[in-house]
Amino acid sequence: MMFKLDCITDQASGNFAFSGYEPGLAKMGVQQDEGNYVPPNEKSDNITDELEIKMNKFLRGKANLEGLQDKKLKGQLTIREELYGKSAQAAAMAEKWLLPSEGGYLEAEGMEKTWRIKQESIAREVDISSSRNQFDIILPDLGPYTLDFTSSGRHMAIGGRKGHLAIVDMKTMRLIKEFQVRETVRDVVFLHNDLFFAAAQKSMANILMTGRYPYIYNRDGTELHCLKEHGAVLRLQFLKNHFLLASINNFGQLHYQDVTMGEMVGSYRTGIGRTDAMQVNPYNGVVALGQSLGTVSMWKPTSSASLLRLLCHKGPVSAIAFHPNGHLMATAGKERKIKLWDLRKLGDEPLQTLPGNAKTLDFSQKGLLACQLGNGSSVQILRDLDGNQMYKTYMNHGMVKGYQIEKLLFRPYEDVLGIGHSMGWSSILIPGSGEPNFDTLVANPFETSKQRRESEVHSLLDKLPAETIMLDPAKIGTLKPERKKEKPTKQEKMAEIEVAVEVVKGIKLKKKTKGRSKPSKRTIKKKDLIAKAKSPFLAQQMKEEEQVARKKQKTTEFVEPPTSLMRFVRKEATA
Amino acid sequence: MKVKVISRSADEFTKERSQDLQRVFRNFDPSIRTQEKAVEYVRAQNAAKLDKIFARPFVGAMEGHIDSISCMAKNPNHLIGIFSGSMDGEIRLWDLASRRTVCRFPGHKGAVQGLTVSTDGRVLVSCGTDSTVRLWSVPVSNLLEEDASSDKSAQPRETYVWKNAFRSVDHQWNSDRFATGGAGVDIWNHNRSAPEQSYQWGTDTVVSVRFNPGEPDILATSASDRSIALYDLRMGKPTSKFIMRTRTNSICWNPMEPINFTAANEDSNCYSFDCRKFGEATCVHMDHVSAVMDIDYSPTGREFVTGSYDRTIMIFQYNAGHKREIYHTKRMQRVFCVKYSCDGSYVISGSDDTNLRLWKSKASEQLGVLLPREQKKHEYHEAVKNRYKHLPEIKRIVRHRHLPKPIYKAGKQIREQNESQRKKQEKRKAHSAPGSIVEEPLRKRKIIKVE
Repeated sequence: MMFKLDCITDQASGNFAFSGYEPGLAKMGVQQDEGNYVPPNEKSDNITDELEIKMNKFLRGKANLEGLQDKKLKGQLTIREELYGKSAQAAAMAEKWLLPSEGGYLEAEGMEKTWRIKQESIAREVDISSSRNQFDIILPDLGPYTLDFTSSGRHMAIGGRKGHLAIVDMKTMRLIKEFQVRETVRDVVFLHNDLFFAAAQKSMANILMTGRYPYIYNRDGTELHCLKEHGAVLRLQFLKNHFLLASINNFGQLHYQDVTMGEMVGSYRTGIGRTDAMQVNPYNGVVALGQSLGTVSMWKPTSSASLLRLLCHKGPVSAIAFHPNGHLMATAGKERKIKLWDLRKLGDEPLQTLPGNAKTLDFSQKGLLACQLGNGSSVQILRDLDGNQMYKTYMNHGMVKGYQIEKLLFRPYEDVLGIGHSMGWSSILIPGSGEPNFDTLVANPFETSKQRRESEVHSLLDKLPAETIMLDPAKIGTLKPERKKEKPTKQEKMAEIEVAVEVVKGIKLKKKTKGRSKPSKRTIKKKDLIAKAKSPFLAQQMKEEEQVARKKQKTTEFVEPPTSLMRFVRKEATA
Repeated sequence: MKVKVISRSADEFTKERSQDLQRVFRNFDPSIRTQEKAVEYVRAQNAAKLDKIFARPFVGAMEGHIDSISCMAKNPNHLIGIFSGSMDGEIRLWDLASRRTVCRFPGHKGAVQGLTVSTDGRVLVSCGTDSTVRLWSVPVSNLLEEDASSDKSAQPRETYVWKNAFRSVDHQWNSDRFATGGAGVDIWNHNRSAPEQSYQWGTDTVVSVRFNPGEPDILATSASDRSIALYDLRMGKPTSKFIMRTRTNSICWNPMEPINFTAANEDSNCYSFDCRKFGEATCVHMDHVSAVMDIDYSPTGREFVTGSYDRTIMIFQYNAGHKREIYHTKRMQRVFCVKYSCDGSYVISGSDDTNLRLWKSKASEQLGVLLPREQKKHEYHEAVKNRYKHLPEIKRIVRHRHLPKPIYKAGKQIREQNESQRKKQEKRKAHSAPGSIVEEPLRKRKIIKVE
């Protein structure tokens, strides 16, 4: 592509005749059918490099067999590694040549900048079916709206704050069901497929009245379950692999409920107070909660303590988002900062700090970051262009002034960003945000009802137990490392003795009569006590030293060398 | 400005006509499959459980004999035929597919002790306690299929009477010679009424005779003096011999590695030997709780099946110390003979209760023609199970077998005995002068003398 562009500029400057073959160039390059020149080495190198990068992705790391002692095992593992390499290569080739669709892109030409390109101009360029994905639905009465997509991106659930719930088929743009619950709706979330969704509701009339619970509805709008144990829920998240519905309520209680059997897997008082910043890391299933004091804590359903806490912001945390590869976390704080964190090496310093007062954040499948900016009515899309985890502005989109954005969510497998706001919901085109090729057996936007039934059964068979949620999911199936019994260091030993001495010093001696409590006697007695307290430690120390000395003696026993070498022997050793 | 967005037309991604198959698109990118290791682990667990659910190894019993089955022979030229000889002197040919007797061979006056079929599958040789060797013509297979319903009986082609009772017989590969074991080892020809050659080494009865599948002139025998001996027909005399602590009931060569053979021993173990090195066994296969009566290798040489006096059949890997599979039923009595089918997918046992029983060699294998998708699924299950087999939960599920109470208790007792002996030996070693007690491994301990 690069070379072709060079050719064109050269032609424009008038150096080459338009249709003639330049002999000098023909020597350097290979003549292609369409008349663009490609240097022979460069092209093949590019392809091998590209394949290598793809292969590394499929290899998922290489085994280091260098230090292996067992020859038989080493042989077996080498054969296995070779097989893995072959299958990775085959997968890389398949990805390169056989995938049906290519990803979207937006390239600026000349003086243009991608972030100045408006939605209207994109709509003029793309095909009709794609431009249909650009729309605004204005519903001023029941907003602001929150939304959620199914994992295939086919269906969207919408929840208006004033009780408006709806499911829309995004392919046909058909409203499947719409109903009014007459309660405040805080959040909606799809369960494993488009048949069921959960909504966090609260009675509008009175806090003391009943009806402050999440409910599960089916796609016909029938209420199936009322999840009373969750309480007044602020945010809901669904863990698809585990069939767990996670919720945080206004007392900061985190609940995990298994939606297959209805069992409450975990219910923890997080102690972080009221928060509505909650996000599941799709890479490992860990739930991140943002606190009003600026910390982000991560939770799993099998422990009542948080896995880790991270002080991210000076103000309250307002939103959290995870990159789909699980290595990157974006947090937004009320102190007008957006920070990016590398989850593989967490430290005090973020990777990047960006300005912005975002109430909602979302990463797309291809790693674009959407955040709401300004006074809540404009959207900024950031992109990591070079792959070095430095995010820069990619696109901007301004809504009508006064619209308050409630929720930003990329639609999976499409170049579309869904926006829920105070006046309804909108959808804009973000080229290059979605994964172009879906896998029918993972998430299928063209799913038939029969396929849906089958995939439901299979996903239930593959349902993961809650114990598989951990910070590093690659640990499953590996061996537990042997724990070495560490010897205490010298300082630690001294500290131990000191502690024992301090305890003795604190003992108050009894008052005795007949001069036995004289100061001189007391000091002697104290000294005795201290010596007694120290003695077991000292004895232990002596014993250890003796053992070490004995070992040394054994190893350094003098072995007489041959007479010819005797002159090199040290004097003391011979004496 | 250059712009492209993802745009999928429904025509490209859905089927055209209702009769078409649904189109399937794959993308193997790891990023769209989260927690793949956990998912694989769960699948491995499910695969192991499904294996347990579908483990139905018993195919059927073949009844008809009126006394216990003493020996069997498989026809190397005809997959579904198997011969069985009984203690009352009757020989039957069975059709495994329909599980019926196809032909009877009456004539022996005492128990039939050995059966074998020539390589071309035309001649059946039997011998027994009535001191006769009989040669029978095997009925042609396509004739059988025509009227499988009628029960035919055949007359012996030849009957050779000899001086002593016979215990076993085996046919040489691709020739018309066969060997019998009795008071000694005799080498016979189809056309002669007396043995061509006779060997004698010691005075005891030869219990089992087997020709080497790779080197047809080499012969292994086991005798009731607890010895295992090798004979070379070209040399005209026995070559080597060793004596164990207990008697070997049966011997079988590994058809794929013909230097190795496995001996089924009275002491409830099987011992694999390399015939070039008799001083020690290459592997000891434990787990039976009573004498092992018969052994047969799978044609792949990776597995063998054993039948035991403890009323069970076990399948072992050729190099594993413990069983892969154990089969038992309430009605099956002492097992005297076992055979692996010529395609390696079935196991046949003959027992004291006059029945032959047909088992699958892989307990949970699906029978019949598999669709490619089914085949793939089975392969995938096998692969994930193999990948996570070292994890405790999966190991537990895969290893678990239900055992009859007497066998479970006997096994437990044997293990306890071995453990206490080991402990005692350890203590003895610790309390005696260093080097005075030399511990021999089990592989060597059972061999007394090598000649």
